[in-house]
Formats: sequence, C-alpha cells, structure tokens
Amino acid sequence: MSATLSPASGVSFAPVLERKFPDGSVHVERRPATDVPTVVATPETCIEAAGFLRDDPAAAYDLLLDLVAVDRLKLDGPASFRGDERFQLNALLYSTKRNEHLRLRVALPASDPRLPTLTEIWPASNWFEREAWDLMGIRFDGHPNLTRLLTHNGFVGHALRKDYEAGQRWLCTDEDVLQTALAAKTDLPEDVFETMTLNFGPSHPSTHGTLRIVLRVDGERIVAAESECGYLHRCFEKMSETHTYTQVIPYTDRLNYCSPMINGNGYARAVEQMLGIEIPARAKAVRVVLSEFSRIMDHMVCIGANLVDLGGLTTFWYSYQAREEIYSLLEACCGARLTSSYARIGGLSLDVPDNFVEWCRTLSKSVTTHIGEVNTLLTKNRIVQKRMSGTGVVTKEQAIAWGFTGPCLRASGVGYDVRKDKPYDGYDEVDFDVPVTTAGDNYSRYLVRMEEMRQSLRIIEQVIARLPGGPVVSNDYRVVLPPKEMVYNEMEGLIFHFKNVFEGIQVPAGEIYSYTEGANGELGYSIVSDGSGNPYRVKVRPPCFPLFAAFEKIIIGGMVSDAVATLGTLNIIAGELDR
Amino acid sequence: MSDKNVSLPVARIAPPIAPGVPSTVGTDFLTTKLDALVQWAQKNSLWPMPFGTACCAIEFMSSVSSHYDLARFGAEVVRFSPRQADLMIIAGTVTDKQAPILRKIYDQMPEPKWVISMGVCACTGGFYRAYHVVQGVDEIVPVDVYVAGCPPTPENLIHGLIELQKRIQSGELARHREAKTYVPIRVGTDPQVESIPAYSKSVMAPGRAHGHELPEMADSAEAEAAKGGKA
Repeated sequence: MSATLSPASGVSFAPVLERKFPDGSVHVERRPATDVPTVVATPETCIEAAGFLRDDPAAAYDLLLDLVAVDRLKLDGPASFRGDERFQLNALLYSTKRNEHLRLRVALPASDPRLPTLTEIWPASNWFEREAWDLMGIRFDGHPNLTRLLTHNGFVGHALRKDYEAGQRWLCTDEDVLQTALAAKTDLPEDVFETMTLNFGPSHPSTHGTLRIVLRVDGERIVAAESECGYLHRCFEKMSETHTYTQVIPYTDRLNYCSPMINGNGYARAVEQMLGIEIPARAKAVRVVLSEFSRIMDHMVCIGANLVDLGGLTTFWYSYQAREEIYSLLEACCGARLTSSYARIGGLSLDVPDNFVEWCRTLSKSVTTHIGEVNTLLTKNRIVQKRMSGTGVVTKEQAIAWGFTGPCLRASGVGYDVRKDKPYDGYDEVDFDVPVTTAGDNYSRYLVRMEEMRQSLRIIEQVIARLPGGPVVSNDYRVVLPPKEMVYNEMEGLIFHFKNVFEGIQVPAGEIYSYTEGANGELGYSIVSDGSGNPYRVKVRPPCFPLFAAFEKIIIGGMVSDAVATLGTLNIIAGELDR
Repeated sequence: MSDKNVSLPVARIAPPIAPGVPSTVGTDFLTTKLDALVQWAQKNSLWPMPFGTACCAIEFMSSVSSHYDLARFGAEVVRFSPRQADLMIIAGTVTDKQAPILRKIYDQMPEPKWVISMGVCACTGGFYRAYHVVQGVDEIVPVDVYVAGCPPTPENLIHGLIELQKRIQSGELARHREAKTYVPIRVGTDPQVESIPAYSKSVMAPGRAHGHELPEMADSAEAEAAKGGKA
C-alpha cells in the first residue's frame, strides 16, 4: 500500500528552476507518483517563484486552482514538532498550455504566519487568501481586502486551526451580518451623478437564498459591486477531521447537492489513490454512468433555475421531469433520491439492480426527449437570445486569470476537461467530444451545457454497451467491509469487520491532490493523512468558488437584470461554494 | 365578537364544512363556527415562502414541480416575498451568519403565519455539529411542524404540510402560539441554557451573549403589533 517516492513527473522545468535559484531556496520536492509534483519556496522567495512559474514558458502555470492551508500542529506530534513551521500554504496550479498540475508550497511559522499576497500574479488568489485568513489565520501582506469571507464578522478565532474546538459557535447579530462595506466606499468614479446602493440577497429568489451582492447602481446600470458568501458555510472541512474516512462520504454528497454522485466518487477516488488500491472495473463503469447522469441533472437544474430567474417558469417543469426520472434510477441503485452516499472507498456500497442496463437505455431515450424539449423551448427563443447573448461576457484571458474551470472556462474558449485531459475511471476508453465556444457570454455557457448533456448521454451509451460483470467493491478487506458470510464464519472476516468499524480505514500518512471533472468544473480534494482513521485535513477545491469570486467583476457596467442572468449561467451552488 | 358581525349564511354553511365541531347551542355557537370557517380557509390557501438554503431546497423544488405538485394540497402559490406569504418552509441548513436574516424575514411575514422546518439540518442542525451551524432553527423562530429526513422526500414534506393543515383546522397551533409565542433562544450564559443539550458546552463565548441578544424577538415592533392584533 505504500507508494514509493519518485522525482515527480511533469517538472521538465526543474533545470531552469535550479539555475534561477542556485541556493536551493526554491526546489522541487520528491513526491509519490500519484500526487502532483511540488515546488517548495519560502515566504521571502515565494513571489519570485510564483512569477517564474507563471511566466517562464517551460512552466507556464497560468491558472490558480486552489490555496490549501494546513495546520501541522498535531501532525508530527508535540515532541518532533518544529515550532517554526506550524503552517503550510499550498497553491495548486494548472497550466492550460502544458496540461500539468503543480503544487507550490510555503512553510510558515507558528507565530504570526504571513507571506506576500499572490493576487498580483494570479487574481483568482484574492478570495482563496481571504478564506485562508478567515479559517486558518494566515496573513497576506498587500492583500486589497483581507477580511473574513466564510464566517461572520462576530466570529473570534480561526476555525480550521487544530486548537479550535469544532463546536465553538459565536453570536452573530444584525450589525455583524448586514453591514454594507460598499455603502461606505467613497472612491467611486467622479462622473457618477446619482447612484444608490442596492442590497441583493441573500434572501432573494435569484440568489437562491445564500448569495449576497451589494450593488451600487446608477439607474439600472451597475457601477460597483461586492459579492459576499458564507451564508451556507457548514464546516465541511472541520467535520471531515472529526469523522472517519468512510463517514466523510455523506458530507461530500452535500457539497454540490445538484449532482451528489460526482462528489462522492471524487472523494473516494482520492482516498483510493492514497491507499494505492484499484477498484473493480464494474464499479468504475457504474460510477461513470451515474456521474454522467448526475451531470445531466446538474445542468438541467442550472438551465431550469436560470430561466425561472429570467421569468420563464415553463422550462423548469420540463427540465425537472428529467431529474425526477434520473432520481428513480438512483433510488433503485442506492435507496436515496438526492443524497446518494453510493460510493465507498474501494468501490460502491451495493450492486446495481438486475435491469440496470435496460433501465439506463430507456432513461437515456427519455432524457434525450427532455433535452430536445428544453432545446426547442430555448435555443432559438428570441427573448432568451436577447437576454443572454452578449451579456456576462468573460474573455479567455479573464477566465484563466480568475481561475475558471468547467463549462464556464470552456464557454470562454479553453477546452480543458479533466475527463479528456487527465482521464480517469476509463474515460479514455469512450468516445466523446468536449464542446467549446469562444464568445464567453451567457448564451455560450448555456450552449456548452446543452451540448455536454448530449455528450454525457453518448458516454453512458458506450459504457452500458459493455458493462463489465463481477463485484462492485474491492476485496481488500483492510479497506472494505467483508461479506457477511465471511464475518459470521471466519475469524479473519470478523477481525477485518471489527477493525474497519471501530478504527476506520487506516490511510498511510501522506498528502494528495486528486481531481475529477465535477458538473461545474474541476472538483479537487486535497487530503492530508497522519496515518490514523480520521483524515487530518480535507480541503475541497470547489469549482464554484472562483466563479462567484469573479461575479462582482463580470457584472460591472451591465444592467441589474443581466446580473441575474449571469448568476444563473455561472451556476453557483452554495453548498459547494461555502462548504 | 358581537352577533352583528357574523352573518347568518356562515352559520348555515358551517356544519358541512367542519363536521368535527361540536354543535353546542348557545351564545358562543356562531363564534366557534366562524373560527372553524376561517381556519378551514387558512389551511386550504397556504402561501408558502421557501426559505431554501441548501439540499432540502432542491427537494422542495421537486415537491412543487410537476411530478409531486404541491398545488394539489392548497399550497400552490409560492411567494418569494415574505409580505405575501403565511407559511415559511425552512429548507436547508441555517448558519449563524444566516440566522439574523431568517429572523428578519420571519418578522416581515404578516400574522397569522406558520413555520415548517424541513430536514434535519433545520430541525436540529443535523450532522453538522459545527462552529457555524445553528443547532435547530427553533433557536430563532417558532416551529410548528418538523419534517425529518436528509433531505426529506417530497412525500415527507407533503405529509408535514397535511399535518400542519390538520393543526390549523383544529386551532391547536393558535392556542400554542398564544401560550408561548416565542421559544427561548438556546444561546448565551443564561442559566437555562445549560439544561438544554448542546454539542459543546461553550456554545457561545462567555461575556458576549449578555451584551447582545440574538436576533431579538420581543423587540420587533411588527411582531408586537401582529401579536396585539391577533389578541
């Protein structure tokens, strides 16, 4: 189960790096082959290193995916713990030109951990840094607005530090939550004759109850905007640390609750990679089929809800019918409609029903009909076109700088899809296309989603045509529960069962960044293990987070009603955004 | 209420629509019937305001969409404006940051109003025993019906709605509300707090809760007015 360390692949720029930093202050770290390669820097050299990684053509890491802060207080144990390196900050990077991932790591001292801000190099870093400050207390010098993001202003302390008690709550009053930073701002353009501040959300139908935007409007035109999240911050990451690896799976369902299967599969895959186990072919195939159905569900609810926000309720009834039919399949497989908790580390919890293949075929046909209905209602609808074409435009450069992934990145002209570029679970064996448009407006995002649903159906048809037989869960009983006959009749089975239930899965100490294609983009899990039954740290790379962070920049200059359309096509899911 | 305000047709139509009402002949006969009539009208014309925050909101959307069609049970007109609604369905996890907003929205709803807490997160905090999650929305607003499930299926929600309708018809909820208008908040260093089970003994920081009171209930002018108006 232990992975061997190897000079990481994909760091072809290593010789250039050595020449640039001959003193070794920035160097490549040896990592297991399953993990992403890592470059280590110090707080003093991190800006220089980041600039090199972005600009040098041999590296060209232009897209910042995530910032992961880790508190190592209890990781090494008090005896061996070195007091000056309590925190680690990992920037996860992706190169759209070279199709490579990279981790840039900086170690920070226990007292006053601080480093210069990375916002100058990767603008997407802005909100990630605020989150790291909020939850981990890492200070970023030169950050434009280093304030709390996910927790409220009455909060005291930094919740993800290891010495913070998981249940410690703080009082939030009206003043803490409803203050409008924007209303107090005076640095608005001089030529604005008469503007007013408009509070938009969080309890507003088009902000879906959990997003808030404060707008400064001149008539109907937005001249300044500030978005705020955290209204659904329900502490997924802290909860993961207090549960075993298997118990985390239900929490993952509630991240992107429009497509829960994909989250669970991504998480299980990350832990499987850490354990170094291979899952049976049937489990992989079923995961792919249900993930693709979940993707369709997600896109359906995105389009349906978007049209409700735009004033067209009819589409919603059609798009929801497809969801209901897919729910029935999920219910037959795992017993739950929405929060499936179907994935297990090592495979799936149950085998699929006997008529699974026929059911998928029938379902595939009827979903095709529903997609056709939605298509007929919308694609050539003149009102839809007028509302969506040319509004909410994101250029290719902006999308990369803001850290977009998924349909929103592909609508802006970058064809990065994890399923295609870093295939997993057998996506390399099926034939499908990645739709890309270049306009980057709301209508493009709609078109990309429509086409992705059709491509998902193509994938499903190919996979069920040769659905492998056999078990749906690994027979490595250190990880999965042994079958009941074995538990009752064999001593070993009983021992495995007992250890799995009482101690949880023992994942070897280490760290991983594992990523899959979620419905909204790259869904990544950074997991740190200390060798015990509970994860030491789990950080999700939520695809929505950079999208909503950029929202306040996209809508400037547009009308308020265009902002509503844009919010809908970005498809912000609060469970994933706030975690 | 004087007899003059009660029109006779009410007395005539009351028995068929509310068969469970005892037909005591006396001075308060008409008053009882009027209540029954009003309650019957209220229970069959609920206007829900979905306070949807999380996964449960997706199941709420299922409940109102074509397959389950909540409209069949007289809760048809989903209103996103609290001023136009009388039934708040809290669907999803409510965090500490969301709590004052929930209270504000509740206060904006006109009386009479009811609250369904949909899903275990809203009922008890669910499996989020965490630093930013309200451990049950009855910390903030009075709840009439709790619907369990994570998330509850649409059938569960419909069942909850029918239960609420039964209680509206029987007048049980109105009596309950008058006796105990607002549930006490489970926060602060108040001696009562310790007797209520909580995940952490230090639910709130000491010294802070006394200074502030969480989204204040009794102080709300509208709530007072509404209360006065009902009594």
